[in-house]
Amino acid sequence: MVFMRQHLIDPEVCIRCNTCEENCPIEGAIEHNDDNYVVNAALCEYCMNCIAPCPTGAINNWRNVRQPYSLEQQYLWDELPASIEWADTEGTTEALEEEANQILDVAHQGSGVVPAPATAARPQINLWSQGSPAKAIVAGNYRITEAGTESDVRHIILDFGSQSFPVLEGQSLGVIPPGVDDNGKPHAVRLYSISSPRDGERPNYNNLSLTVKRIAYGEHDETKKGLASNYMCDLQKGDEVEITGPFGSTFLMPNDAAAHIVMLCTGTGVAPFRAMTERRRRMGIVGSGKTMLFFGARSASELPYFGPLQKLSGELLDQELVYSRVGAGTKEYVQDRMLKRASDLAELLEDENSHFFVCGLKGMETGVENSFKQICLEHNMDWDKIRTTLLAEGRYHIETY
Amino acid sequence: MSTENVRVEVDYNASIPNNVALAEDRRLLKALEEWHPQYLAWWGDMGPEGFNDKEVYLRTAVGVDPKGWAVFDHVKMPDYRWGILLAPKVEGRTIPFGKHKGEPVWQEVPAEYRSMLRRLIVIQGDTEPASVEQQRHLGATAPSLYDMRNLFQVNVEEGRHLWAMVYLLVKYFGKDGREEAKMMLQRRSGNEDSPRILGAFNEETPDWLSFFMFTYFTDRDGKMQLESLAQSGFDPLSLSCRFMLTEEAHHMFVGESGVMRVLERTCEAMNEAGITDPYDVEAIRKMGVIDLPTVQRKLNFHMSVTHDLFGSELSTNAASAFEAGLKGRFKEEKIDDDHQLYDDTYPVTQLLDGQLIDVEENAIAAINGRLLDDYIKDAKGGIGRWNKMIAKLGIQFELTAPHKAFNRDIGQFSDVCVTPQGYIVEQATFEANISSYLPTESDLNYINSLMKPCYEKGQYATWINPPKVGINQRPVDFEYVKLA
Repeated sequence: MVFMRQHLIDPEVCIRCNTCEENCPIEGAIEHNDDNYVVNAALCEYCMNCIAPCPTGAINNWRNVRQPYSLEQQYLWDELPASIEWADTEGTTEALEEEANQILDVAHQGSGVVPAPATAARPQINLWSQGSPAKAIVAGNYRITEAGTESDVRHIILDFGSQSFPVLEGQSLGVIPPGVDDNGKPHAVRLYSISSPRDGERPNYNNLSLTVKRIAYGEHDETKKGLASNYMCDLQKGDEVEITGPFGSTFLMPNDAAAHIVMLCTGTGVAPFRAMTERRRRMGIVGSGKTMLFFGARSASELPYFGPLQKLSGELLDQELVYSRVGAGTKEYVQDRMLKRASDLAELLEDENSHFFVCGLKGMETGVENSFKQICLEHNMDWDKIRTTLLAEGRYHIETY
Repeated sequence: MSTENVRVEVDYNASIPNNVALAEDRRLLKALEEWHPQYLAWWGDMGPEGFNDKEVYLRTAVGVDPKGWAVFDHVKMPDYRWGILLAPKVEGRTIPFGKHKGEPVWQEVPAEYRSMLRRLIVIQGDTEPASVEQQRHLGATAPSLYDMRNLFQVNVEEGRHLWAMVYLLVKYFGKDGREEAKMMLQRRSGNEDSPRILGAFNEETPDWLSFFMFTYFTDRDGKMQLESLAQSGFDPLSLSCRFMLTEEAHHMFVGESGVMRVLERTCEAMNEAGITDPYDVEAIRKMGVIDLPTVQRKLNFHMSVTHDLFGSELSTNAASAFEAGLKGRFKEEKIDDDHQLYDDTYPVTQLLDGQLIDVEENAIAAINGRLLDDYIKDAKGGIGRWNKMIAKLGIQFELTAPHKAFNRDIGQFSDVCVTPQGYIVEQATFEANISSYLPTESDLNYINSLMKPCYEKGQYATWINPPKVGINQRPVDFEYVKLA
């Protein structure tokens, strides 16, 4: 059974003005009777056209469900059902969780909203909110790119002590940088993918790891520091960090050991894939599922986790490390290397056990999609059709930023 | 039919934001640029009093496509980007009703219908500044910053609706149109010498319960009119009204949720005090909340006054406008008939032999009667939702819509005394009971006594609950208006 984020309309707030139905491009995705306006979970494509024009905010409601509420159920509602999977939220916290959701919505734009893989475990989400964040203690902060290179990428370990913070591979958490911005408002929450598997960075410890790159960007001839990333990268062992989440209920690892996992990433986009790979390493090779990684960086010295990756057997992880800045004329990107593995990827695209995950900068989406398209063309396959199937079955996930 | 995309982009660099390629029509641009300062002067004189220098968290449409709909920011009202926004054009659209049904829609004014069309646009346009004028003193007694913001959002959008109608007048009606545009800024709500055109728009909006009732009941007439005009065979009018409807929906929301929050506060206060009798008015008013019978009387007043706005149930003007293809019916496209109605009838309630009886009349003649019935059905929806909440809080009281013949000055029932329940009574009986039908002076004085400003962030007046959700996902204690 699939775990999905169902779009619902709050009948207590809705004024039945028909604006949503008017703006919905899909015939029948929003319908109404004399009582309620309802969203058909089977038809809604999450285009979000209805969200902004709604005068009440009633349209902006989401529930994480195993089985979507039927139209008949929704028509009978006087109010929305309590959110079963969601932790109790009061007052302002809902808006702040929505902030995290909006970040994830943007990150998932490439794929639109897709269901989680069929065999993914049921995620816990929104246990900790900005109003009552978890307080994690930094247990370690290590640079994982070579000293002296431009990329300062950190492996940061957070310990949650006695607080519950259960995660699955592929989920994210929110970090609230301390202090206020220039307008005196608290800083916006930042989301980071968790890079350790569900049983902890150290097995059976209540900790997890993040992979964070120190951001600096030029503005008016001076170098500015990314506020949150620098806060994170400068953390010292023993520091306390306010954490929200966990977040994410679709970009999740399939549990099925026969599932093939193809991971495509650049830079710190590797974080969820480190978690998935590590999960499979700890499980041992128990099923027929292949694990394949295409990982791009400027050079080996700037590739996060380069050392640990070298230690993994080819049987556990089929890895393609790709460098864009090594010597002259050898510039290569993830999409280029995909073409070199075209026949393997074509075979995987046809296999209904295959799951494809893309994580990294927004810029990589187009290249990856073009390569898939070309591979399909060469193998007499229809990428558009395959893509639609993959998305519908929760086997193609994109998280880019 | 496909949606044309080219006109979705809004030119926000222009002095008058627009998606009608205003820069290319120099004559029109000049006329509107002349009108613009007059409009701002009118806003200064007759717009919200005392708050033009405050920053208000307003929604501005930056595009007419769904995604460009809502940009929220703190802006001073006079700096609001009033513009001319038309819904995207539908290629190949044909006139959906009347004797020209099936012919391509008009992009220019058909000469034979020129004066009729102008009148329709003027009447619609006149209501927009009127309501801003009616509501201009309310900021001084806002029950919260949230409500104050909603009031001002409604006001700036009514201002934009005036722009929409003025654009049509100036672009398509030459000198007459420019003259009418000027007149829009010269008439004044409630002014004896130059009043607004329609009666209900010369009534005061003296308090916030009136404001919520007005936005729920009277703005809903606006919605019905806009829905009918959105069907128009004159395409620019249709496109203008279609976009206005999205904004109008916000006004419905302010009204429905406003009344809901008033009722909720009253019921909760009754429960807290252990009062079960909704007619124990004295005890209820002691708690600083508005008793439910008073709410019912306010409802009777606002809904019945609004019924008059639909005009005579049997109307030759409305028939002509329908036949001409200028003004259709509510949700014309969803009605399953021939859309010409030559052989159709529609039941219109009339006074016959001292009884109120439904008589089948020619459907074209009954266009107004039908729109009024559609309005009543639409308005009853929200009353039903209010009742659900009252029942949920365990109070034995049900609000009801007054009969459509109650308290009418225009149409079939203007000469007969009908109770809110729909019984015909002698005038003396009606007058003897009027204090249970309509708000009394003491009701209004009591409501007025509650109108004290509540300007603290997150604070709400004693007689109204905070909303369930804030605007644009903001918390209910957000600083919706910066007064400091």
